[in-house]
Amino acid sequence: MSSDVDINAAAGKFLKLAEGHLAAYAEACVKCGQCADACHFYVASGDPRYTPAYKLFPMAKAVRRQKWPLAWLGLAPRLTRDDLAQWEELLFDSCTLCGRCTIVCPMGIDIAGIVSASRQAFVAAGLGPKDLLQAADNARDKGSPLGVTPSVLAERIDWIKDEHEVEIPLDKAKAGILLTLSSVELMKYPDSVAAMAKLLNHAGVDWTLSSKGYEATNFGYLAGEMDIAKVMVERITAAAEAVGAATVVIPECGHAYGALRWSGANLLGRPLPYEVLHITEMLARLKRAGRLKLRPTEASITYHDPCQISRRGGATAEARFLLDGFATDFREMSPTGNYNWCCGGGGGVQAIGRAAELRYQAFKIKMDQVEKTGAKTMISACSNCRLTMDESKEHWKWQGGLGSLVELIADHLAEPEAKPAQAR
Amino acid sequence: MTLLDAARGPVLQLALAIFAFGVAWRLSSLLLLPFARDKSLPRTGAPPAAFAALREILRRSWPQKSFGRASLFMTVNSYVFHLGLALIVFAFAPHILFIKSLFGVSWGNLPNNVIYAVAVVTVASLAAALIRRISNPVQRIISTFDDYVAWFVTLLPVLTGLAAASHLIARYETLLAIHILSVALFLAWLPFGKLMHAFLVFVTRGMTGAYLSRRGAQL
Ligand code: SF4
Ligand code: SF4
Repeated sequence: MSSDVDINAAAGKFLKLAEGHLAAYAEACVKCGQCADACHFYVASGDPRYTPAYKLFPMAKAVRRQKWPLAWLGLAPRLTRDDLAQWEELLFDSCTLCGRCTIVCPMGIDIAGIVSASRQAFVAAGLGPKDLLQAADNARDKGSPLGVTPSVLAERIDWIKDEHEVEIPLDKAKAGILLTLSSVELMKYPDSVAAMAKLLNHAGVDWTLSSKGYEATNFGYLAGEMDIAKVMVERITAAAEAVGAATVVIPECGHAYGALRWSGANLLGRPLPYEVLHITEMLARLKRAGRLKLRPTEASITYHDPCQISRRGGATAEARFLLDGFATDFREMSPTGNYNWCCGGGGGVQAIGRAAELRYQAFKIKMDQVEKTGAKTMISACSNCRLTMDESKEHWKWQGGLGSLVELIADHLAEPEAKPAQAR
Repeated sequence: MTLLDAARGPVLQLALAIFAFGVAWRLSSLLLLPFARDKSLPRTGAPPAAFAALREILRRSWPQKSFGRASLFMTVNSYVFHLGLALIVFAFAPHILFIKSLFGVSWGNLPNNVIYAVAVVTVASLAAALIRRISNPVQRIISTFDDYVAWFVTLLPVLTGLAAASHLIARYETLLAIHILSVALFLAWLPFGKLMHAFLVFVTRGMTGAYLSRRGAQL
């Protein structure tokens, strides 16, 4: 291992984070092994190294070395470079921060939270997968992990407007709602952007995009680079304040929701001056207010819960509410909702090239779940899940259909474009 | 002073002092940390943190239904030895008398023969836990020396207690002294290793309950 790994920086960071609130988690594991069966990486591979509890080790070791009352006896060894080298793959490639293990642990240890924090210590030491870190750097330097600068944004939006014949306001001076985008959608799933625009226009919402803050994804957060994570939150906040938006809408992206809705204020250091809604929450709100007129669909579909929206985000019910009465042949997978299996590519794993094989393996669980429902198509509300699943589908030459909840709804508007800008 | 006098007197007192001081130290070193206040807006309708914490502490005492079949053996076996230990400590007549002599409170007991049966089952259950820890690849890789120490100091009082009660091998007074010494070892070690989970379980379950309930996540 190269000598530029700063082991002291890692140890220091571990301690600092532990003092935040994680020390109890790091010390409480009874090594029962229950969490293994909750983790798709263990279940798909059978490799005991992927056991969630094993991912606690570096943090636990650093804390024990410093805090254990008997450490002075020399019984608490130091964290070594070797440890960090061994655990890098476990903390980055083979954890999607999905939080399934957190749900099953009899001690209630939030393993996903420890992994997320441990990544910060690894990055402080100069470690971490290069491509994930590059995505975070791109976000800071160019505005988006995929290099979507404000001018690329304007070009893409113009193109989507023409292609889909839909009105997409960019940089309106004032708007009640600021919509953000995931660059995965902009570059790979532009239909999804058009779909959101159609729906918001259909409901007569006063909304805009802003070139000051458009990127919803937060790769700083995923890569353990909290300074970059903060920059991303600051950009959206500046944009929302500039247009006077009371609400910021996160598109179909799971971690983007978690990063802004649940960590945004803590990163910013003050409460967010706006409410944060995932697009499914926004649409559910419109549906409740009678502002979404839909034609039902008879297609047989099942719904993949993005972990950060359902299990870790608390918005499990919104997608069901949207599907209720709309998708007449909706079939739940088992398990589903808060217990749903992860797509295999959350938590930044999608951006780690060398983790591809692991993702494919994890997706086998998903394919099996979908096949058991007999549904033809699995829709989701996260473009990162979707990208992961599209790639895995391709790898396995799987026949199942994949899609987006928002696109499905937009394709079934009862009065398409009938009242594009009815102000309410 | 006989061995029994020493065990019952100064040794046990020292062990209790280490236990009390150690537990207090470790809990306070965790709980007195400055908790960063969560600035995110709680989901509408989210319960107060204290309620959510308490609810999670209780709720996690039952296995999650969707994971019911996962590690079924571990779940069942863990209930068996935890309940077994609790019954032995708190429902055996001599123990109740001893607790009364220390703290002045007492309650009803179970017949001795029942307790002996419970103790045998507990020993078998602890043995099974060890076999599983060694033979199951997942448990083996996550186990450290501390896990085996914890196992050993837990088993010892049960075994020595059974030996003392059955008057086997040696004089009753000697066996009783050894039993009390093994209890002292258990108490003195508890704050320093994984046995501390007896207290930490309230902290970690509570923290996670409060943290996820704030988000409106149904656990
Ligand atoms: S958070 Fe998910 S991926 Fe990570 S260890 Fe837990 S179950 Fe596995
Ligand atoms: S389920 Fe919890 S206590 Fe059991 S091994 Fe996993 S992290 Fe440790």
